[in-house]
Amino acid sequence: MITISPTLLTGCVALLCGWVVVGLAGLLRPGSLRFAGRTLFPLGALLGLALALLAGASLLGGGTERLILPVGLPDLPMHLRLDPLSSLFLVLLGASSFGISVFAGGYFRQGEGALPGLLCLQYHLFLASMGAVLLADDAYGFLVAWEVMALSSYFLVTTQHRIPEIRRAGFLYLLMAHVGAICLLLCFGVLQGGSWLFTFDAMRAAHLSPGWAAAAFLLALIGFGAKAGLVPVHVWLPEAHPAAPSPVSALMSGVMLKTAVYGMLRVGLDLLGRPAWWWGLAPLILGLLSIFYGVLFAAVQTDMKRLLAYSSIENIGVVFTGIGLTIVFEGSGLETVAALALLATLYHCLNHSFMKSLLFLGTGSVLHATGERNLGRLGGLIHRMPWVAWLTLVGTLAIAGLPPLNGFVSEWLLLQSFLFADHLPHAFVNLLIPMGMALVVLGAALAGYVMVKFYGVIFLGQPREASLDRAHDCGWLERIGLLWLALGCLALGLFPLQVIRVLGAVTGQLIGATVPQASSHWWLLAPVPGRPVSYGPLVFLTATLAVVFLTVLAVRLTYHQRVRRAPAWDCGFGGLTPRMQDTAEGFGQPIRHLFQSFFEIERELPAPADRAPRYRIAIRERIWRLAYEPLSNAVERLANVAARVQQGRISVYLFYGFATLIVLLAVALMS
Amino acid sequence: MTHLPLDQQMLDSCAALLLLLSFAMLSQRRIVTLVNLYALQGAVLAAATLLLAWRTGEGHLYLSAALTLALKVAFLPWLLHRLIRRLEVYWDTEPLLNVSGTMLAGLLIVVFAFALAQPITLLSSTATRSAVGIAVSVVLLAFLMMITRRKAMSQVVGFLSMENGVFFGAMSASYGMPMVVELGVALDVLVAVLVLGVFFFQIRERFESLDLHHLESLKEHE
Repeated sequence: MITISPTLLTGCVALLCGWVVVGLAGLLRPGSLRFAGRTLFPLGALLGLALALLAGASLLGGGTERLILPVGLPDLPMHLRLDPLSSLFLVLLGASSFGISVFAGGYFRQGEGALPGLLCLQYHLFLASMGAVLLADDAYGFLVAWEVMALSSYFLVTTQHRIPEIRRAGFLYLLMAHVGAICLLLCFGVLQGGSWLFTFDAMRAAHLSPGWAAAAFLLALIGFGAKAGLVPVHVWLPEAHPAAPSPVSALMSGVMLKTAVYGMLRVGLDLLGRPAWWWGLAPLILGLLSIFYGVLFAAVQTDMKRLLAYSSIENIGVVFTGIGLTIVFEGSGLETVAALALLATLYHCLNHSFMKSLLFLGTGSVLHATGERNLGRLGGLIHRMPWVAWLTLVGTLAIAGLPPLNGFVSEWLLLQSFLFADHLPHAFVNLLIPMGMALVVLGAALAGYVMVKFYGVIFLGQPREASLDRAHDCGWLERIGLLWLALGCLALGLFPLQVIRVLGAVTGQLIGATVPQASSHWWLLAPVPGRPVSYGPLVFLTATLAVVFLTVLAVRLTYHQRVRRAPAWDCGFGGLTPRMQDTAEGFGQPIRHLFQSFFEIERELPAPADRAPRYRIAIRERIWRLAYEPLSNAVERLANVAARVQQGRISVYLFYGFATLIVLLAVALMS
Repeated sequence: MTHLPLDQQMLDSCAALLLLLSFAMLSQRRIVTLVNLYALQGAVLAAATLLLAWRTGEGHLYLSAALTLALKVAFLPWLLHRLIRRLEVYWDTEPLLNVSGTMLAGLLIVVFAFALAQPITLLSSTATRSAVGIAVSVVLLAFLMMITRRKAMSQVVGFLSMENGVFFGAMSASYGMPMVVELGVALDVLVAVLVLGVFFFQIRERFESLDLHHLESLKEHE
C-alpha cells in the first residue's frame, strides 16, 4: 500500500496527470473548436502556471524529493526525482507553456488538418511527456517519456498532413529522433556499468573506466544533440519547425530543445560524475560550429519560420558552447569559473525559451493575418497589427542581444567565462578557446543583423502586397500569450541578480560551487570577483529612457514642433513604391556573397529583354550532398542486397525453412 | 542372426513401407496418384498404430488408429479427389528439380535423418525406436517435395505427408502423443485442408491457374 503525501513532487506529478486528462477531455467533443480553444487550452495553461510555481518553490527550497510509482517494468518501477536541475527546467516548461497554451487557445482555426480535439490531446500529451522526461529518475522511464515526446510532437508537426512537404518534414524529424534515441539507449546501456541496474542512482554509483565514460559522453552528445539541433545532426530542425503550426513550433523550439539540454547536463555533469576536461572540447567545438552555421543560414532565409529555426540552431550552439566550457573548466579544477559558464548556459536556456517562443508566436499571428510566411510578400505590418508588432519587437531586441533585455545577460556571462580560459593548465587550449570567443561575438553580431532583417522586412516599411491591407491584429487570448512571454523577457533582463541567486542552487548541485556576487548593490551584477566588470540593467534602462525622452523633448521644443507623416523609407525623395524597398534576399546578399562557399546556391536570373522578369534563388545546405545523401544511398544499397533474399517464389521460401531446419539439426547433431 | 518377434518384424516392415511410399510420392507427378499414395501412407500408418496398440495394450492408441483411418485414409483423400475433379488439375507440371535429382537429394536426406535419429534411438526404450529415423526421413522428404513442386495441390499433399511423419515419429519414440494433442493436430490438419481448399478456388479465380509461379508477381519490385 502506498501512501501519497502532499509534497511538491506529488503535486508536479498530479499536474502532469492533469495535462493528460485535459488532453483526453479534448476527445469528448473532438470537432468543437470552441470547447478546445476556449476551455481546454486555457485550462492547460493554468496547469502550466501551477507547475512553474510548484517547481519554483522547490528550486527556492533547494531540496531533493524522490518518489517511486508502482508502474513500469516488473522489477523496475518508475523512479521520479525532483532536484534543483529538474525544478529549473520544469519552471521553464511551465512558464513558457503558460504563454504558448493561452496563445494556442486563440490560434487554432477550423480546417487546419487534424481535428481540434485531437490536436488538444497531442499537445497536452507533448507537455506531460516533457514534464515526465524532466522528472524521470531511471533510464526506462526517461526513455519512455522521451519517445512519447518524440511521437506526440511528430503528430503535431504533421498537423497539416495533406501537404506532401509537411509529411516529408515529419518523416525526417521522426528519423532523426530515432537515431538520437538509439544513441541514448546505448548511452544508458554503457552508464549502468555492468550492474544492470537502470536507476539513475545506480548509474551515479557505477564506476566506469575512462574509455567507457568517454563513450557514454559521446553517445549522449549525439543523442541529445540530435534532439537539440546541434550541427551536424540539425537537419530536421529547419524542416520541422516551419511545417508545424506556430504554437507547436514555439513549444518545440522554446521547450523541447531545452529538454535535450537538460538531458545533456544530467548525463554529462550528474550521472557521469566528474568529467575529464577534454570531453568538453566536443560540445564546445560543435557549439561554436552551430552558432556560426545557424546564424549564416538564418541570414539568407526568406521564409520567416525557417529563419527562426536556423536562429534556434544558433542559440542551441550558444548553450552547448556553455556546456563545453563548463566541462573544460570543471575538469581542470576551476570550479568557480565552471559555475559561471554553467550559469550562462542555464540562463541562456531560460532566455531562449521565452524569446524564441515569443517570436514563433508572433510569426503565427502574422501568418494567420496575412496567409504569408514568405518575407518577400510582407511589410509595413506595424500599422495593421500594433500588438503583435510591438510585442514581437521585445523578442527581436532580446534575441539580438541588446541590453537591457535578457539575451544580453546570458551572452555577457558566457563571454565573461571565456575570459578565464588563460587560467587553464593546458597548453594551446588556453590559446585556442579565446578564438572561440571571437566566434561567439561574431555570432552575436550576425544575430543582430538577422533580427534587423526579420523585423524590418515584416513589420516596417511599406506593405509589399495589396492584400496586406486586410491584415488584422490578433485576438485577446493571443495577446495575453504574447504579453506574458514579452514580460518574461523583460523580467529576466532587468533582474539578473535575482535570477542568478535562484540558479545558484543548480550550479551548486552540479558543480559544487556558486557564482559569487562581488558587489553589495542589489541592482548591480558583478559576477567576477577581482575584475572590474559589472552590469546594471536598471541603470541602463533608465539612461536609455532618459536619452530618448530628452531627445524627443528637445526635437519637439526646438525644431518644427509638429508631427509630420511621410511614406516610410523614402528618404524624403518621394515616389517610392513598395517594390523599391530592400527585400529579404537583398538584405541577406552581403552575407551570401561573403560566405558563398557555405551555401549551395541555385539562382535564376531573368534575361535582359524579359517582359515579366522573375528572380528566383534557392539555397540549400551543402551538408545534404556531402554527408546525408551518400549515407542514405549506402543504406539503400544495403537494403537492396538484403532484399535479394525476398524472391517471391514459394519454393524458395520453403527452401529457406528447409535449409534452416537442416542446419539447426546438423548443429544439434554436432554438439 | 537373432530372430525378432513377429510383431516387431511387422512394425519394421510398416516403417519401411512408409519410407518407400514417401519416395514414391517424391517421384510421382500425377496428382491423382499422389493423393492415392497419400491415402495408402495413411493406411500403413493406421496399421502400424494398430499393431503397436495391440502389442503394448495402450488404449488410446486404438483410438488414434481409428482416427487415422477415418481422417487420413477416408475423409481427406475423398476431399482432395473432389477438389481435383472440380479444379481439373490432374497433372503437376515439370518439377523444379528433375525426378532423378530429387531422388538423389532424398537419399542424402535419409542418411542425414538416420544419423540424426541415432542419439534418440539410443535413449529411447520403446519397441519401435529404430523407426524414429524413418519418421524424420518422412518429414524431411515431404518437405523436399513441397519445395520441388509447382502446383499448390501437390504442396498440400506434401504438407499432409509431413504430418504423417510427425505422427509416426511421436508414436515410435514415445507411443504417441497425449490424446489431447493428437486430437488437436487432427483438427488442425482438417481445418488447414479446408482453408487451403478455399484458397485454391481463390487463386484459380485470380490467376486462372493453380500454378504458383503466378504468385511471384506479388513480390515487391525495386
